[in-house]
Amino acid sequence: MSADVSTPAERFPDSAGHFGRFGGRFVPEALVAALDELDAVYRKAMTDEEFLAEFAALLRDYAGTPSLLYSAERFSAKVGARVLLKREDLNHTGAHKVRNVLGQALLTRRMGKRRVIAETGAGQHGVAAATAAALFDLECVVYMGEVDTERQALNVARMRMLGATVVPVTTGSRTLKDAMNEAMRDWVANVDDTHYLIGTAAGPHPFPEMVRDFVRGIGDEARQQCLDLTGGLPDAVLACVGGGSNALGIFHAFVPDTEVRLYGFEAGGEGVDTDRHAASITGGSAGVLHGARTYVLQNADGQTIESHSISAGLDYPGVGPEHAWLHDTGRARYQPVTDREAMAAFELLCRTEGIIPAIESAHALAGVVQVAPQLAAELGREPVLVVNLSGRGDKDVHTAGEYFGILDKEQ
Amino acid sequence: MSRIGVAFDKARADGRAVLVGCMPAGFPTVEGSIAAMTAMVEAGVDVIEVEIPYSDPVMDGPVIQKASDIALAGGVRTADTLRIIEAVAATGAPVVTMTYWNPIEQYGVDAFARDLAAAGGTGLITPDLIPDEAGEWLAASDAHGLDRTFLVSPSSTDARLRMTVEHCRGFVYATAIMGVTGARSQTSDAAPVLVSRLREVTELPVGVGLGVGTGAQAATVAGYADGVIVGSALIRRLLEAPDLDAGLAALRTLSAELAEGVRNPTR
Repeated sequence: MSADVSTPAERFPDSAGHFGRFGGRFVPEALVAALDELDAVYRKAMTDEEFLAEFAALLRDYAGTPSLLYSAERFSAKVGARVLLKREDLNHTGAHKVRNVLGQALLTRRMGKRRVIAETGAGQHGVAAATAAALFDLECVVYMGEVDTERQALNVARMRMLGATVVPVTTGSRTLKDAMNEAMRDWVANVDDTHYLIGTAAGPHPFPEMVRDFVRGIGDEARQQCLDLTGGLPDAVLACVGGGSNALGIFHAFVPDTEVRLYGFEAGGEGVDTDRHAASITGGSAGVLHGARTYVLQNADGQTIESHSISAGLDYPGVGPEHAWLHDTGRARYQPVTDREAMAAFELLCRTEGIIPAIESAHALAGVVQVAPQLAAELGREPVLVVNLSGRGDKDVHTAGEYFGILDKEQ
Repeated sequence: MSRIGVAFDKARADGRAVLVGCMPAGFPTVEGSIAAMTAMVEAGVDVIEVEIPYSDPVMDGPVIQKASDIALAGGVRTADTLRIIEAVAATGAPVVTMTYWNPIEQYGVDAFARDLAAAGGTGLITPDLIPDEAGEWLAASDAHGLDRTFLVSPSSTDARLRMTVEHCRGFVYATAIMGVTGARSQTSDAAPVLVSRLREVTELPVGVGLGVGTGAQAATVAGYADGVIVGSALIRRLLEAPDLDAGLAALRTLSAELAEGVRNPTR
């Protein structure tokens, strides 16, 4: 850890959770007391040696971090950049999300609550939440859109195996955003004994800041690992952005390093010029969704529009408010990656490195292909890129198999 | 004083509570919702609460969600809501608008306040806008003479109750239970406690909502509150009816039962 350089010059967000004009709390009054309690417990925990030691021990002994920073030589040769992969895919449960759920489960215990609820799209966060709930002996209820429970039956079984109750959500578009609505409704009704274990750096204050702080170890580690490996900082840091926790996790340590470019890649689906994408920043507009002001896919009346992405984990019509702010300030750049570009990068990593990435993470790999030539031209040399390989692709084998047409008929 | 304030004063003088009836704009159609709200007024509902349908209504239970989905699928726009408000206000009943925040932000906060005032609306109930985030709405409602109803909850601290009522005008909305909208078989124990806590910090009329669906429940709530707010139970009459005429008849019957309830407070 390098606390001296990873602490930004000014604190963000402000004490009410505003990142510039974004963030804040757009919630029923009924939740304010619980959000205030969470904020107080979280703030106390972040300066409490005992909490920090417990969290660090869990991350090391249970989650298997720090994750490796791996120099992907064969992939690098294909894309014209030196690519260093932050191997969050090797964590327990297969993604960066385990860091967040362990932090929030520890807080749940500190608040004396016995029940956690979570929303999930593809099921990855649901599996992570169910994992932490099993470890901490908490009751766990996961809300999942009915459409997603059908698409991701294996993850439903996984959550049930871990002891969680999976509730299929049949309202609205029956996907992630509706699962989040239903989790909020549960929370309003059961806030006394229940913590809402949000899966990404979105929602009302303090969730965006808190989730970022629980996953910021990704960037703290990667920054030091890059210094150790190359003797310097990278030219750019790249990550995929859905809700945006893996990207904030790796960006945060680099925000004060103004010479390091930050790139977030949104799910461009079939193209941001079509109505089938999930690119809230590059294809949406400022609005209020799920408790915060941020970029949202919406119509002129402020009704949320359904998103589309081949990656269920990026298939969400909003984005964490800190990303909206990093975009407005110009500190990070956001670009869309289409389904097609992501799947080409997915295949390239499989074939050059023997690593099957999550389709989410493949969007960041496709981002490498987008920016490497332009950075090389700008710098006059091969750029050094740190890429967050935020999750592994086991869960995506069926989707990818169908996409590439490599499944036998009976599969 | 606002028209809502006048309605509360008049009811108080008559020794009864105000009956507020809620209906989503454009449910089941634009014309159907005007007919429904007019029928409610004719059957004794004092104040009509027009809810702007929203794609992600996190404070609403299954009945209002379904009605909102039907309205949105029918293509209702924010501008239609203003037209509905104008038509219902013409009946003479005060009309208050209930809305999640994003539709207002996208319309333009000041523009919406201006157009709402012009349509004859009295103000806004804002379930996901707390005074902490309401700077633009405070200014726009002042500029256009509109009421502001923020919600308070059994979980609100005393400090937040005080802060919230300072920003309210017209009436305060006390949510009777920790939960979302929808009729329940029992009235809440938490609501009378919350109302008496509010009496310590404000002279404003207090409306109680969430979970009220029968004349008897309305009478109970009228025993300690100034207003009884009913939504899901009324909307269900339309949802479950075989056609609009049958729905309107059922709506009239329940409205009359509730109107009888608020006139016979259980003390």
